[in-house]
Amino acid sequence: MSDTDLSPTGHEARWQGLTEALRKVLTSVGVILTTLIGLLVLTFVIGRMVPADPVLAILGDTFDQTAYDRVYQELGLDQPLYAQFFHYVQNILHLDFGQSNVTKSLVVDDLARVFPATVELAVLAICIGTLFGVPLGVISAVRRGTWVDHLARVVGLLGHSTPIFWLGTMVILIFYAMLGWIPGGGRIDLYNDGLVEGPTGMLILDAALAREWEVFRSALHHILAPALLLGYAAMAYLSRMSRSFMLEQLGQEYILTARAKGLAQPAIVWKHAFRNIRVQLLTVITLAFCGLLDGAVLIETVFGWPGLGQYLTAALFYADMNAVLGAVLLIGLISILINLLSDVVYRFVDPRTR
Amino acid sequence: MTMIHKNEGLRAWLLSEDFTSPRQARAHKAYVSWLRFSSNPLAFGGLLVVLLLVLAAVFAPWVATHDPLAQDFALALKPPSAEHWFGTDELGRDVYSRLVYGARTTLYIAILVTVIVGPIGFVIGAAAGYLGGWVDTVLMRVTDIFLAFPSLVLALAFSAALGAGIENAVIAIALTIWPPVARLVRAETLTFRKADFVVAAELQGASTPRILFRYIVPLCAPSVIVRLTLNMASIILTAAGLGFLGLGAQPPMPEWGAMAAQGRQYLLDAWWLTAVPGLAILLVSLAFNLLGDGLRDILDPKHV
Amino acid sequence: MSDAQPLLSVRNLTVAFPSLQHMLPAVRNVSFDLGREKVGIIGESGSGKSTTGRAIMRLHPAKTRITADLMAFQGRDLLTLSEREMRSIRGHRIAMILQDPKYSLNPVMTVGEQIAETAILHERLSRREARLRAMEMLEKVHIRDPERVMGLYPHEVSGGMGQRIMISMMLIAKPALIIADEPTSALDVSVRQQVLTILDELVSGNDMGLLFISHDLNLVRSFCDRVLIMYAGRVVEELRADELDKAQHPYTQGLLEALPSLTEPRDRLAVLRRDPAWAEG
Repeated sequence: MSDTDLSPTGHEARWQGLTEALRKVLTSVGVILTTLIGLLVLTFVIGRMVPADPVLAILGDTFDQTAYDRVYQELGLDQPLYAQFFHYVQNILHLDFGQSNVTKSLVVDDLARVFPATVELAVLAICIGTLFGVPLGVISAVRRGTWVDHLARVVGLLGHSTPIFWLGTMVILIFYAMLGWIPGGGRIDLYNDGLVEGPTGMLILDAALAREWEVFRSALHHILAPALLLGYAAMAYLSRMSRSFMLEQLGQEYILTARAKGLAQPAIVWKHAFRNIRVQLLTVITLAFCGLLDGAVLIETVFGWPGLGQYLTAALFYADMNAVLGAVLLIGLISILINLLSDVVYRFVDPRTR
Repeated sequence: MTMIHKNEGLRAWLLSEDFTSPRQARAHKAYVSWLRFSSNPLAFGGLLVVLLLVLAAVFAPWVATHDPLAQDFALALKPPSAEHWFGTDELGRDVYSRLVYGARTTLYIAILVTVIVGPIGFVIGAAAGYLGGWVDTVLMRVTDIFLAFPSLVLALAFSAALGAGIENAVIAIALTIWPPVARLVRAETLTFRKADFVVAAELQGASTPRILFRYIVPLCAPSVIVRLTLNMASIILTAAGLGFLGLGAQPPMPEWGAMAAQGRQYLLDAWWLTAVPGLAILLVSLAFNLLGDGLRDILDPKHV
Repeated sequence: MSDAQPLLSVRNLTVAFPSLQHMLPAVRNVSFDLGREKVGIIGESGSGKSTTGRAIMRLHPAKTRITADLMAFQGRDLLTLSEREMRSIRGHRIAMILQDPKYSLNPVMTVGEQIAETAILHERLSRREARLRAMEMLEKVHIRDPERVMGLYPHEVSGGMGQRIMISMMLIAKPALIIADEPTSALDVSVRQQVLTILDELVSGNDMGLLFISHDLNLVRSFCDRVLIMYAGRVVEELRADELDKAQHPYTQGLLEALPSLTEPRDRLAVLRRDPAWAEG
C-alpha cells in the first residue's frame, strides 16, 4: 500500500503548520482591530448625533460669547471631524472617558466601581443557564416527541418570549411583597454593606475568601433572584440551541456506525454526538453571555442592582451622555473580548481546525 | 349530492401526487403545507393571536371601551371591574383601552422596523454574498461591528442619541436588527451562487440584477420570511424594553412597556398595572415565535 | 458443522416505512441463505438492497415495520431478540461496513480511539490491550506506521485509508458475518481493488460470511461467489457469480447487456428496460 496515503510528516509539515497558524492569528488580530476601530467610530458617531449642544451642557444657561468660544475650543469642536475622532481615540486609550455630569467623577472610575457587580451577576447566570439548559436540550433531542421534549420546548419558548423586566417585577411582587422570601432589591442589606472590600469585587467570592459568612449569606440571598431570572433566559436559549445541534448530529452517518458497533444510547449521545457539538455550544454560550448583558440592563434596573446596567439606565434618565457612551463602549468591548476568547478556545478544541 | 362530490374531487385533486401540471404541483404543495401548518396547534394558535392583534389594532376605536387618554382622578387605581375590565391607572385612564391602543403602537413599530430591515438586510446580504471580494469583506466587517453590541444596549445608545420618541425608537431598533438578516441572506446567497443553474444563467449572459431578482431572491425568501417573523418577537421585546426605560413612545401615547414601567410605582397596591401590559407583551411575542416556528416547519424542510 | 446450517437465513423479509397516509414497503418478501461465502446483492438505487442489509441488523428507526417468516443468524431468531441482545450482536457477531468514511467516521475522535472502542465494548479489554489490538488490526489492513495513524483524525486520512480504518473498526471483534454496504463506491477506482483485496483476505482468512451490497455488477461478479439481483424491493434472480451469463430474468439480462465490454465492443449500448410486472414478482 502506498505511503502517498499519509500526509507529509516531519519538519516540513511542522513548518507548514506554524506559518499557517501564524497567518490565522494575524487575520484574527486584524479582524479584532478593525472591529474595535469600528466600535469606536460607532460610539463617536452616536456621541455626535446628540442634538443637545455639548457646550451648553457644561455652561448652563448664563454665559457670554467669549465663554462659549473658550469651551468650544476646549472641547475641540472647532477642529475637523477626523481630528476630533483621533482625539477621542487617544482619550479612550488613556482611559479617559470623560466626566459624568451626574456623579461629577470620572466615568472610568464609575465604570470600575459598577463593573464587578455585573460580572458577578452575569457569570452566575451563565453558569445556571449552561448547567440546566444544555442537558435539557440534549435530552429533549434524544427523546424527541416525548413529554421531556415538549416541556423543554415550552420552557425555551417562554424564556424567549417573556419580557424580562416584567418577569422580574412579577417575581418581586410575588416573592418579596407577598411571600417575603427574597429581599426587595440591591446587592446586600444595609447592615452588611461595606464590611467586605475584597480583591475581586465580587461580593460572594470575596466574602467566602474572608470567611465573613454573614456577608456571604446576605450577598447570596440578594443575588439569587436576579441571577436565576437571567439564568432562565440563558437556559431557554441554550436548551433550544443544544437541542437543535443534537438533532443535527443524530442524523449523521457516524451515528449509524456507532449503532452498528453495538453501542448503547447513552454512549452514542454523550461519547459521540455530544463531542461534535462542543464547539458549537461554546459559540452559543458566548452569544448567550452577550445577550445576558442586554438582560442585565433591565434586571439591574428592576432589582436595583448596582452594576453597569443600572448605571447605564440612570445615565440615560439624566441625559449624561459621557456616562452613556462610556458604558456602551465598555459593554461593546466586553462583547468583543468574550468572542475573541471563544474563538481561541474553539481553535484548541476542534481538531478539524488544527 | 353533487356538492359533496365536487368537494371530494377538489380535495382529492389537491392531495394526489400524480401531477398533471405545474399548477397542480404548486397547489398541492401549498395545500399540504397549509394542512401541516394548521395541524400544528401551537403554530395555528400563534397565527390566531397575531390576527387578533392586527384586528384589535385596526379596529381599536370599536374594540376599546373608553378613550385611552381620558383622565379622571376620581377613578384612579381602581381594580378590574365590569366597568373597567383591567382596572384604571394612576391618572384614572382605562387600562383595557390603553392596552388595545397600545397594540397599535406595538404593531406600528414591528411592521415599520420589518419593512425597513427586510429590504436593507436583503440588499446588503445579497450584495456581499453575490459580489464577494472586498465588497463582502467591508460589508461583513460593518455587520460585525454592529453585532459586537447586544441589541438592546445598541438600541438604547441610538435612542438616547436621537432623542426619545417613537420614530427614533423605530430607527434605533432597525439599526440593531439588520445585521442578522444581512448575515442570513449572505449565507443563503453564497449557497445558491454556486448552484449550477445560477452559473448557467450567468453563462447565458444574464445581468447581475436579473440573476439576483429572479433566482436568488425567490430562493432566499422562505428563510428570510421565517427569520423576519421570528424577529418580530424580539422587536416587540426590544421596543417594550425601550418603553420601559422611558425611551420610545412618549406619554400620553399608550405603549405596553411604558405602561409596565409606570405601574411599578404602584406595584403593591395596583399590581395589575404592570402585570397586564407585560402579559400582553408576552402573549404577542409568544405568538410570533410560534408562528415563525410553524412557518419554519413548512418552509424549510431541512430544519428539524 | 458450520456447512450444514447457513450463517444467515432469511425468509419473506418485508420492510415497510411509514409515510403520510400508509406504510410504504421498501423490501418485499426477500428470501436467501448465506453461509461462509461471499454473496453480492445487486440493484439500482431504491431497489431495497441497503434497506435489507440494515434490516438484518435492525438498525432502522423504531417506526419501521420489519416482518419475516424467518430471520435467523447462527440459529437465533433476530426478530425476537431484545434491543440489548441485538447490541451484543452488532459489531461483535454481525458487523456493517458503510460507504463513505468521510461521513461514517466520527470527525472529532481519533482513529485509534474509534477502532479500540469496539474491542473495549465487546471484549472488555483494557485501554492498553485494546490499543495494541487496534494497531494489530491496522497492520492486517496493510496500513504502514500504525502507531502514527492511530493518533490521526478522520479528516487527515485519504478515502482508501479511511475505508480500511472502517474495516478494522468493524472486524476487530471478529464477527462471523459482515454486511458491506457499497464499501468501494465512494473510493477512487484505483483504490477500490486494494480495499477489495484486503476484504477478501480477511473474510476468507477468518472463515466469515460476507453480504456485499453494490450497484456495480462487474465488481460483484468478479468478487463474490453468488449474486442476488434486486428490483423494486424484490429478489428477482439468484445465481452463482460465474453463471451470470446464463441469467434467465429479463432484468438481469438487461443489466448485463447494458455493461460496456472491452472484449466485445458494440456500437450502441442496450437501454435497460423496466417492466412494472417485475415489481409484482
